[in-house]
Amino acid sequence: MAKRNYSPFGPDAKRAVESGLTAAEWYHSEVPRKVMKELMARSDGPAIRDTVILYGSMILLAGIGIALWPSWWSAPFWLAYGVLYGSASDSRWHECGHGTAFRTPWMNTLVYEIASFMIMRNSATWRWSHARHHSETYIVGRDPEIAVMRPPELAKLFLNFFGILDVIRFFPTLIRNALSGPTAAEKTFVPQSEWGKVQRVAIIHLSIYAATLGLALWLGSILPLMVIGLPRMYGAWHHVMTGLLQHGGLADNVVDHRLNSRTVYMNPISRFIYWNMNYHVEHHMFPMVPYHALPRLHEVIKDDLPPPNRSIAEAFAEMWPAIRRQVVNEDYFIKRDLPPTARPYREDFHQYVPGMMRPAAAE
Amino acid sequence: MPWIDACATEDIDAEDLIRWDHGGQTFAIYHSPEGEFFATAGLCTHEQVHLCDGLVMGHLIECPKHNGQFDYRTGEAKRAPVCVNLRTFPVRVEGGRVLVEVA
Ligand code: FES
Repeated sequence: MAKRNYSPFGPDAKRAVESGLTAAEWYHSEVPRKVMKELMARSDGPAIRDTVILYGSMILLAGIGIALWPSWWSAPFWLAYGVLYGSASDSRWHECGHGTAFRTPWMNTLVYEIASFMIMRNSATWRWSHARHHSETYIVGRDPEIAVMRPPELAKLFLNFFGILDVIRFFPTLIRNALSGPTAAEKTFVPQSEWGKVQRVAIIHLSIYAATLGLALWLGSILPLMVIGLPRMYGAWHHVMTGLLQHGGLADNVVDHRLNSRTVYMNPISRFIYWNMNYHVEHHMFPMVPYHALPRLHEVIKDDLPPPNRSIAEAFAEMWPAIRRQVVNEDYFIKRDLPPTARPYREDFHQYVPGMMRPAAAE
Repeated sequence: MPWIDACATEDIDAEDLIRWDHGGQTFAIYHSPEGEFFATAGLCTHEQVHLCDGLVMGHLIECPKHNGQFDYRTGEAKRAPVCVNLRTFPVRVEGGRVLVEVA
């Protein structure tokens, strides 16, 4: 296969549309309507509890960090604060963007706006990019949220554990958005009616960063930036670690989330930070199911899915060699076996994916 | 416009919907928590996904694909990513049957 082109204006994007891939119906496991209705039911309780714990912990940790500053004794508190700021905000952004975390709409909106700011995403732009990520998950040129492009650039993956590339990319776009609205690429997935909002959000974010920077200069200390901005870098590692596992090393250009997404059993702290998005196949198949119901959904459909990885370490042991192989062979991917109880992969959907028709080639 | 017999009232649970296909068109028929019935076009205006797998909450239908929402009584788009309103169709109930006036 020719080298992948991830541009929304490139040949792969065009081919995906022309071949009918973008219009294809995605596979989903059978769940009786009554059960699905119970799973989809919304409530405010779990998300209010988790949000109070999250923001309460952040205030406490930052308070201790400030009190101990500039001693090195403040470091562990900053590290913990950073993970909540620079990683938990990713999952809050995600769940509240779907509108499933809380039952009450304004609560979803409020936490979504706060989380978007912390994770350095324009709340008006990213809502739309994520809609596309769900319609056309890992379809080359169409999905704007592909974390590991092939062939993978390992140096970039490492840099992003500290948010370096994200932040370097974020600020020029923020300034452009604040001056003139969405970029040409953003206009491919943000409807015109929202372009003004993209600009307004960018102006607000930019003003907060300018005020924080101004305060840091006035105080002659980076302390304000330790609270706002920098934790997006020193606390990013957890969301990058879990984010890579979502789709890394798996197939692209398919219409079955069992082939391109990964479910991983995780420890309770990571699940709190990640808001249960470790049930990632389940989330993609049924985005209406709130995060707190995903473990139950997993129990209902697990016999139709590839066996989940049993820990973060085990998932990395599966994914990392595959990513390294993709450096030299970008068509390589892991095709996981389904249990005998599962409905088989629809090979006829996927004839154009090298390796799908010959399991030996994909191992 | 013809009134077409679509289903029995008991075919739809309260606060739920069903899919109904007729004359090459697809519709969604709703049973509100107050016991009223409504009908809209069956496909979401965002990406042509059928609403029948979605979730009815009060007077809202949430699309199963990207969680866009409409008020199914008026068709009004209520939550991104849906921006275009949903078409609605008049409904009346007669003798335990739900009739839809299809255009
Ligand atoms: S298809 Fe309905 S919200 Fe996107």
